[in-house]
Formats: sequence, structure tokens, C-alpha cells
Amino acid sequence: AIFLPRIGWADATTDAIAEFTGGADLTEGGALKLTAPEIAENGNTVPIEVDAPGAEAILILATGNPNPDVGTFHFGPLSGAQMASTRIRLAGTQDVVAVAKMADGTFQRASQEVKVTIGGCGG
Amino acid sequence: MADNVTPRVRVPSSASAGEDITIKTLISHPMESGQRKDKEGNTIPRSIINRFVTTFNGETVIDVTMEPAISTNPYFEFVSKVPESGTFEFTWYDDDGSVYTESKDITVE
Repeated sequence: AIFLPRIGWADATTDAIAEFTGGADLTEGGALKLTAPEIAENGNTVPIEVDAPGAEAILILATGNPNPDVGTFHFGPLSGAQMASTRIRLAGTQDVVAVAKMADGTFQRASQEVKVTIGGCGG
Repeated sequence: MADNVTPRVRVPSSASAGEDITIKTLISHPMESGQRKDKEGNTIPRSIINRFVTTFNGETVIDVTMEPAISTNPYFEFVSKVPESGTFEFTWYDDDGSVYTESKDITVE
């Protein structure tokens, strides 16, 4: 994926990923699936789903928000499938990124651009 | 302090042995992001739920770290194993120290 958000935000995203992975390499296109709408009319509530069979944890980042952190799902021993859905805020059109920590200690990355008609961080 | 915080959880009342079940949770909460300003231009302080945990008979199903980018009235859907009959406990942790809980029993047939 091509990363062209505004400079400071890209750095914050890179930092957040490095903190999660401890600087380990990321692979693309593995078991991790990130599902998000291509177009969201309302950035206040954008449905997303992550699914990564065998993952221990999945980090979600919104690269174009004032703070890219969205949340992290940690799957416990009774997790029936390493998937979860939620609704997130997007300040504008941007890439949503998911990073999965797999049980073998490797990391996978997936991203999807969401075009936002009305931003979700305003005030 | 968030007012009228009400958790809602959907869990099937029974499951067959070895079946994984889908759980849906919603909690009414403004999730004030700390980014917004009031009419006078003053920043409205952050006030969010920052963590959500589900356990079954004391073992963790999912543990979610939450940031202000989670929408108002946080919603989660996920899948749980149900190795035996028992009780799900759902816990939400608020920035202000409040803890909201809900529990649901399930019977394995």
C-alpha cells in the first residue's frame, strides 16, 4: 500500500506500529483481513471488521486522525475466532491499517482506504 | 462522569457442545474524544471507556484497549468458545474510574 498522508500523522502511525511490533518485520497479504467500507457517509461511525485466524492481538490505526490509535483486540484462550467488529471515528478520507500479532511471533499488516464524506472528529 | 451508561449484551441462552457463539455488545456512552471544543472555544475534556473485557467462567475471551477513535456507544461483535455451561462476565472501564458490568448465563446441551 502507498502511504501518503500528511507528514506528522504518518510518523505517528509508524511509531504506533513500531511500539506494537517492537520493530519486527511486517508481511502483507497473510491471514489478516481488514474489512471497511470504501465510502463512509458519516465519519462518526464507520463499521470495520478484522479477522486473523491464529492471531494473539490485532492493532487498529486510523492514519489520518489527529491521533492514529483506535484500539487493540487481545484474544484470550476462549476466543472462538480471532475476529472482531466495531465502529470507529475517521476525521476524513484516509487509510485504516490493521496489524496482527500472530501466535508464532510474526506480524502481518493490512490496510484499506476509506473515503469519508463527513468527518468524525469535528467540534 | 458519563450519565445513563447502560450496557446491552446479546448472548444465546444455549449452545451445543463444541459450538462457537457470536456475542454482540453495546454500551451507551458519549466517548468524548478530547478533540472537540464547546461554544466558548474551550476544549471539552476527554472522557471515554478505555477498556472492555469479556471472560467466561473466569477465562479471557477478548480484552480490548480502546482509544477516543472508537465511536459513541461502543459496539463490539466477536466469537467465543463455550466449553461448558457457565457465565459470561462483561466489564467496561471508564476514564473516570467507573466500572460497568453485565453478566449472561449460557447452557451447553
